[in-house]
Amino acid sequence: MLESLLDPWRWERSLQDFPDYLEGFGMTLRVTAAGWLIAMCIGILLGLISTKQNKALKAVSRIYIQFFQNTPITIQFFFFYVGVPAIIKQLFHMSKAYRLSKFVIGIFGVGLYHGAYIAEVIRSGIEAVPGGQKEAALSQGFTENQAMAYVILPQTLKMILPPLTSQTLALLKNTSTLAMVVGLDLMYYADKSVGYTGYFQGYLIAAAMYFAVCFPLAMLVKVFERNAARNPELKRKKKKSRGGGLI
Amino acid sequence: MESNAIIRIEHLRKRFGDLQVLDNINLNIKKGEKLVILGPSGSGKSTLIRCINHLEKPTSGEIYIEGEQVTQKNWIRMSRDHMAMVFQQFNLYPHKTVLQNLTMAPVKLHKVPKKEAEASAMEYLERVGLANKADAYPQNLSGGQQQRVAIARALVTHPDIILFDEPTSALDPEMVNEVLDVMVQLSKEDITMICVTHEMGFARQVADRVIFLDSAKIVEEGTPEEVFTNPKSERTKAFFSKILH
Repeated sequence: MLESLLDPWRWERSLQDFPDYLEGFGMTLRVTAAGWLIAMCIGILLGLISTKQNKALKAVSRIYIQFFQNTPITIQFFFFYVGVPAIIKQLFHMSKAYRLSKFVIGIFGVGLYHGAYIAEVIRSGIEAVPGGQKEAALSQGFTENQAMAYVILPQTLKMILPPLTSQTLALLKNTSTLAMVVGLDLMYYADKSVGYTGYFQGYLIAAAMYFAVCFPLAMLVKVFERNAARNPELKRKKKKSRGGGLI
Repeated sequence: MESNAIIRIEHLRKRFGDLQVLDNINLNIKKGEKLVILGPSGSGKSTLIRCINHLEKPTSGEIYIEGEQVTQKNWIRMSRDHMAMVFQQFNLYPHKTVLQNLTMAPVKLHKVPKKEAEASAMEYLERVGLANKADAYPQNLSGGQQQRVAIARALVTHPDIILFDEPTSALDPEMVNEVLDVMVQLSKEDITMICVTHEMGFARQVADRVIFLDSAKIVEEGTPEEVFTNPKSERTKAFFSKILH
């Protein structure tokens, strides 16, 4: 077992497919970036709605969040792949099923799924700010929206950065589900290569590539966590003393 | 009487579910008056003061500030133009320095140029004895210091009316006086002060009038002298016999 793992020939053969891996990696990163944007838009919208008083909107956001959090992302991908085109066909009375591009399926697949999680991160972040903060702002004559913008959200941001970054990391890893449905991402090419060569090395190469982007994100989570716990005064003093050191 | 009333409260009622917290409150407060609201906990005194600036929405009844009714539409503007509030838990903005806590509303809401707002903020910090803490963050201040900053923050927008909601109740005993001193100083000005408190000494010293709330109603009203030494209602007598030594 170990012998075959260290076999240079197998590594060499697997690395011959590296250009494919790079292409897949590019797709993975593009899907991550665009999917993240969608997830953030949905997350911010639903997260804000969840903290408002409007019962109907709140219900919509609760249902969305529960649905996307409690069904596997793989099924959701298949839904976009098979279900959505069928629905579009029915809706617009088209003769032929409309095919969504693989990229579009990818970004909406991870975007809608992680949007549900990010909505919860944002809701809990907002709710973690004591009610007295909003009251203080309102009593000064700030409107609800101004109170949100100047008082609540700046305090929320610091708290939600760690879980938000964790979500980004999870989103990146979950793009690998694409390989099962539409393909073209890094996992897809790794799978293809391993299927062809029969050498496990292909998966290790892919894992290393995922690790190369995920590990820095995980480190970033740690930095943000430390930052959230830190007293702003100390940060300022540290900056000052560092400035003094230069002189 | 009505012409010089800065606040007029008519038939104010507030209920939370089945609980009647305020029941038919009628109250006129004169410009520059120092009013202290007393009463046992749960009597509705905090709710009353919070209804005045609509942090709590009245179930029915009207509140007029300078003759203009406070409504669901205009309450934010009314707060901005006329009132400021000091809270039991201070509620300073923790992500802002002390100075920024004071300049935020003037700069963002009242369109005061930043330099001017900072100069004025420093004056108010000077008055509460905390000019040296301008660049500190609230969490590095003691409770008493935070509350003094909160008072300065309330004053910096030049309100006609300042509402105090149990400003010393969350403080360690040795910090109560530094806050009360600032409030006593403030009471010498012509600002209208409405204060919910348990500090009887303070009430005696600064109040023009004291009202005593019990079970959602005003049961006693008068000068501190009248209310403390010769309370009319049994409820008030019982209350004072418990808390005055």
